[in-house]
Amino acid sequence: MTAVAVPAQEEKTRRARIVASPGAWLVWGSVTFFFVMLAGVIGSVVVSSFGRRWFDTWLPESWTTQWYGQAWHEFTLLDVLIVTIEVSLLVVGISVLVGVPASYVLARRSFPGRRVLYLLFLLPILMPPITYGIPLATVLYKYGLAGHMTGVVLANLVPSIPFVILTMTPFIEQVDPAIERAARMCGARTWQVFLRILAPLLVPGILAASILVLVRTVGMFELTFLTAGPDSQTLVVALYYTMSAAGIRAQQSVDAMAVIYTSMMLVLLVIALRFVNPTQLVARVKEDPS
Amino acid sequence: MTALRHRLAERGIDRQLLLLVPALLCVLILFIYPFAYGLGLSFQPSQGGVFGAYREFFADAYQRDTIWTTLKLSLPAAFLNVAASVPIAYRMRGRFRGKRLLTVLLVVPITLGTVLTAEGLLNFLGPTGWLNRTLMSAGVIDEPVRLTNNYWGVFFSLVITGFPFAFLLILSYLSGIDPTLERAAATLGAGWWPRFHRITLPLLAPGLATTFCLTFVLAFSVFPSAVLVGDPAGTTRVISIAAYHAAYEAYDYPLASAIAVVMGVVELAVVAAVLGMRSLFYTGSTGGKG
Repeated sequence: MTAVAVPAQEEKTRRARIVASPGAWLVWGSVTFFFVMLAGVIGSVVVSSFGRRWFDTWLPESWTTQWYGQAWHEFTLLDVLIVTIEVSLLVVGISVLVGVPASYVLARRSFPGRRVLYLLFLLPILMPPITYGIPLATVLYKYGLAGHMTGVVLANLVPSIPFVILTMTPFIEQVDPAIERAARMCGARTWQVFLRILAPLLVPGILAASILVLVRTVGMFELTFLTAGPDSQTLVVALYYTMSAAGIRAQQSVDAMAVIYTSMMLVLLVIALRFVNPTQLVARVKEDPS
Repeated sequence: MTALRHRLAERGIDRQLLLLVPALLCVLILFIYPFAYGLGLSFQPSQGGVFGAYREFFADAYQRDTIWTTLKLSLPAAFLNVAASVPIAYRMRGRFRGKRLLTVLLVVPITLGTVLTAEGLLNFLGPTGWLNRTLMSAGVIDEPVRLTNNYWGVFFSLVITGFPFAFLLILSYLSGIDPTLERAAATLGAGWWPRFHRITLPLLAPGLATTFCLTFVLAFSVFPSAVLVGDPAGTTRVISIAAYHAAYEAYDYPLASAIAVVMGVVELAVVAAVLGMRSLFYTGSTGGKG
């Protein structure tokens, strides 16, 4: 999406049309309204987290960073962050290892039952997490797997593996099958084709899928909430608990924690957008090739 | 043995399909088995016979009404998100400067997650928040409008997280429609309204249905925001809260599984209804890469 040089004349007429059309004003107006609201929502949390006291005024009376320190110590944020990172990396690693071979077969081969399998892999994404989360948590508790990190990782794998499969399919379709055939002619076995031919070619796709799964896992509330024990909470879940127990703790330190969470997500987002197109964050949709 | 292997290979079955096994096992063990287990559990309540748990749910108005409460929240929210996205995406499908920035900005609320959105809405729309303050000093209202801890708080949080999602999807569907079709219609003298509703809209219908379903699924599983910005004991006691209470506060797993099953059935019924309506419209190639 590079800027295209438009001749001055054309530029002029286009601008004139936008000025004239009331529909355009309505559309841009509602977009602006949405962003103003969004800025208000995010801004009020950020301002609140830096304010000493903020009751019935436009802005807090004085500013401080003490809430961050307090949030850090009171909520043992370091531990929570470590758990969040461990869980996310494990989920990313396992779902890529399991998902990429499966998506390779689904993208390249046709065999009886392929459509059924595809639907089966699609289902966990289509169902609300709570509907399968509650029975899943029940099963995991029955086998003593929930309440610590194993359960959290297992539960988060359910939507992540299908997500890797869906994200990887277009990347695999782009690799020319002739390259693989050539490698086979030279005597490479399947695992060699995978490691020496496909893996290097698929690095961009794998990176994209990993980062998307990372963002989803860090942000996944329901499944982690249902399976986490006291020492395996990720940041979102810890945030939810401190918020729903409001009144005990100062509002501002909850806000500070929310800001830490948002900054973490934003950093991930910036990294993610270096590798993927925004539309891929929501679905597998082929973008305009031009 | 070799003959059998050859016959199977002719139909596309060979050892390479083993690559599917890990992913398939994960989905079967972590998704299908718990689901079946939950389904079985829901038919084995401690009292009331096979359908006891379901009878308990439907006999109690406080429980039964959660279905209606959830639909009342999620259907309008999903509808608004899709309906608002169409004109905006229609206007923005061409290429213009800052499009990438805009799409990046729209991804931000998706990553915020429901918990931060809830915190922000409480601060921003609360009785002493910026919005009420602005409206009061502008003289629009005399006393603060109550927008949090009720239906509207949850509704806004659904719009903030759902709208960007719907918009990005619709934008990618719209850019998949061949623009020459509309140009041809314009050559034949069609104005913008006939062009939109006779050409673009029918071609967009499948995409609209899919987007509506995905947005609806997101909104239907609303849980953290219904607790945090809503009125979880009354007007926003959605079905996922009912399921959560049954499982983790009453420890009535059969009832919780029954509620999860009801939730899945209601959701799939709405999705099926929308997709059924869609099949009444044009189905076929969108002329482009859609």
